Amino acid sequence: MSNIEHNMSITGDAPKSISTTQKIASAIGLTGLLILVLAIANFNFPNKSLFLSLSLGLITLGTAIFSIDAYWGKHAGIKNDGVWFKSLSGKGFWAWILGIGLTLFYVVLYWFPQYLGLNSEGANSGVIGLFDPLSKFINGGPASEWFAYGTLYTVAIWIFGFKFILKYRHNRYEIIRTCSVMFFQLGFAFLIPEILARLNKPYFAPTTIWPLNYDLFAGYRLESFISGGNLGVSMLIFGIVSIFVITPILTYKYGKRWYCSWVCGCGGLAETAGDPFRQLSDKSQKAWKIERWVIHSVLVFVTVMTIAVVYSYLGENSDRFWLTKDVFLWGSAGFLTLLFALIMIFKRDQIQKDAKYGAIGYLVVILAIIGINYFSGNWNIFFFPAYKLREWYGFLIGAAFSGVIGVGFYPIFGSRVWCRFGCPMAAILGMQQKLFSKFRITTNGGQCISCGNCSTYCEMGIDVRAYAQKGQNIVRSSCVGCGICSAVCPRGVLKLENGKTEGRINENEVLLGNDVDLLDLLNQKSQ
Amino acid sequence: MEHIVILGNGISGITAARHIRKRSDKKITVISAESDYFFSRTALMYVYMGHMKWDHLKPYEDWFWEKNRIDLKNGWVQQIDFSEKTLHFKNGDKLNYDKLVLATGSIPNKFGWEGEDLDGVQGLVSKQDLEILEKNTKNCKKAVIIGGGLIGVELAEMLRTRHIEVTMLVREKAFWHSVLPFEDANMISEHIKSHGVDLRTATELDKIIPDENGKVSSIITKTGEQIDCQFVGLCAGVRPNIDFLKNSDLAMNKGILVNSYLETNIPDVYAIGDCAEQQKAIGQRKPVESVWYTGRMMGETLAVTLTGKRSQYNPGNWFNSAKFFDIEYQTYGWVWPKPKENEQHFHWQHEDRTKAITINFDKKTNQFLGINTFGIRMRHEVLDRWLTENREITYVLANLKQANFDPEFYTRHEAEIFEGFKKNLQNAQTT
Repeated sequence: MSNIEHNMSITGDAPKSISTTQKIASAIGLTGLLILVLAIANFNFPNKSLFLSLSLGLITLGTAIFSIDAYWGKHAGIKNDGVWFKSLSGKGFWAWILGIGLTLFYVVLYWFPQYLGLNSEGANSGVIGLFDPLSKFINGGPASEWFAYGTLYTVAIWIFGFKFILKYRHNRYEIIRTCSVMFFQLGFAFLIPEILARLNKPYFAPTTIWPLNYDLFAGYRLESFISGGNLGVSMLIFGIVSIFVITPILTYKYGKRWYCSWVCGCGGLAETAGDPFRQLSDKSQKAWKIERWVIHSVLVFVTVMTIAVVYSYLGENSDRFWLTKDVFLWGSAGFLTLLFALIMIFKRDQIQKDAKYGAIGYLVVILAIIGINYFSGNWNIFFFPAYKLREWYGFLIGAAFSGVIGVGFYPIFGSRVWCRFGCPMAAILGMQQKLFSKFRITTNGGQCISCGNCSTYCEMGIDVRAYAQKGQNIVRSSCVGCGICSAVCPRGVLKLENGKTEGRINENEVLLGNDVDLLDLLNQKSQ
Repeated sequence: MEHIVILGNGISGITAARHIRKRSDKKITVISAESDYFFSRTALMYVYMGHMKWDHLKPYEDWFWEKNRIDLKNGWVQQIDFSEKTLHFKNGDKLNYDKLVLATGSIPNKFGWEGEDLDGVQGLVSKQDLEILEKNTKNCKKAVIIGGGLIGVELAEMLRTRHIEVTMLVREKAFWHSVLPFEDANMISEHIKSHGVDLRTATELDKIIPDENGKVSSIITKTGEQIDCQFVGLCAGVRPNIDFLKNSDLAMNKGILVNSYLETNIPDVYAIGDCAEQQKAIGQRKPVESVWYTGRMMGETLAVTLTGKRSQYNPGNWFNSAKFFDIEYQTYGWVWPKPKENEQHFHWQHEDRTKAITINFDKKTNQFLGINTFGIRMRHEVLDRWLTENREITYVLANLKQANFDPEFYTRHEAEIFEGFKKNLQNAQTT
């Protein structure tokens, strides 16, 4: 995807050593990590509560000391010195080691949790066993691999969130946003579902919304919601309301950033632990083309899969429930067609030609699948039963893409590979943002000097400079509103804003500072 | 087909090329000996500091030029035969043009100091300068920077990221006081010092002393003080890069003389950007302006002329911006270092001394003339409008909120600034 440059820059290597305090901090943090590694190697710790606390405590302490030493003693401000000289953040040796290590971890986590000590028959051992005391404390049962992972994930967002806040402490937008991400991860994504489990209620994280939460409408989940009493049903209703009401309203008002960089856990990890890698995302036009095809294909996949799964769950006649297979199927087809028609009628000017063709193609494909399967009568998508399709989605997208590639490849392709290329939720929010939102990034008249800091540090691979140097507002479906382009700009050219939707896409190519003659000329030309 | 040759691939030349292409089908050739592709000169410092790689400096991907049929030629023009309309290259090549655009930019000023050509002494303008800088600072422990302007402070910031001790010699009594009012200049001076730079104000270079290998070993100031160093950065401004055009018929002064249509004294030859000198000053602007955006505007204006509509270069209200280590600076309109006879400055500074505003206005008419801001971002469009509409100072202060361009959730200071101004004005009236 990217052209790998062997020469890091035209300049050579600069000093990149770390201070003594940072060395000690690294030692403390690595000791904490070593406990986890020993646990993976099945070293049997006598007092699991103690050693788990020790491990997480040392990792936290080490990261905190390192961050404080790295940023607190310096002036508040953008500190990207030597980012491209460091092996870890400049795609060097340590980046590859970390990338491969993370990838392997995800492979084991998703497909071979037994090697981490998961035991469904008896007591857990290994690293998962180490998390048993904490799991019992919070949800009453032994740890699963997801509990151990969730704990580490939350710890990562908190400790690297702390680092992020120190690094960007001159910027209140970044501080508040990071606090929000840390809060939602701990409360909504980690504790609430675990406590619900303790209360014998369905597992539900209010912040993971369909289609990111692709299992929301799986048969077993629907059963658990329906059998979960009023609370269960209200969760299901909240899940549906989130998709069709809450999400569009918030995105209309604030852009997709309210979710992608204020609430979402995937975004949360990318923004905090992934921050040292944000500059690695590919900004070429080619990458942008690939991105648009891949992410929308995932959205189509998840839509078809969900329709199939729900369809196979529903009954044939209306005795049990008014929503029958037929009503649902034609309802879905009708809804998608209506949505498509409305966009094409009212917003066609804002869609590029290839996107139009793509959308038409995809709609035809979805409707054809629905039609073929309806008339063939057995509801098998391309001869697969619905549950098979869900398994494949879970394997390809839910596990391989979002976990293995999404996080494992942070040090190589940047922190938001999943959000950028794979997340179907981002695709939906992105369409809303591009077509209906009040959000945009405005550029400040003629002050842009095309330096390229904005583009370099855009984790979503948007060539921000291309817009800024033309004085155009930036309205891109992929923008997650992290605000870093605005922060790194040495001329104060960029600002994230919510404003009137009229004139949001400002195509004024005449920059401020040019004389009136040129303006007249352009006006004449456009008449 | 008419062949337009542009000499120089900086912002002026490239903007001209792009806009000629937008408006016509003419054959376009851009010549440069500095780099194969257009890059953003303003960002050279970020490559040295490791914020960006060389490729990040290119605003357009490499395929852009071929796709837009803009021929790029890497070559060094040694001489121009204006009567034959031919360029002669160092390697013997020749190229004919129908219209020639000179956009050769600028080179660092040298004032005939003893030792200014020694090994380890350099300016910072071109890509080659950056490459030499890398070499020159390889084992450097201590550097001296001559000149207190924008390039000087950038070079200081660059060297500090490599843990090199920096002494900066500034002729004025505070950093960039030739441009900034004293309060502003003083605040920035303090900020520069707080980054570990040994800023020497009211100090000038006398000569540069070599070691036995012909490399710089120390400098001596005009007061006779000797400062050991392994590197000297010459940052006392730039001048037009026009030496190769001497002994030709082209009319030149400091730069290539142009009229308001950017035409030189030779037909079909034009000059834009840093190398051009306006015969007739435009407003209060200097005849030679080495500023990124004026180069861009000249390029755009000339493209209109070259594609059929003869157009005057007529820049609007002055503006500019910079960053001094962590403090962003923007300016709109005119704020002179010392108020002119009919002018008065209103200065506000935040107690942490990282934010400040200076407003210049007319004492008699109360007309708003210009604003400097530090650590507070301003909306270009709004201030430009106020300047054009000749708003009064009171209007500007009362509506300052509208002009704020800071990110969301930032602390706002408009009320404080307004109060400060009221007090300031009362004091002015009582004394």
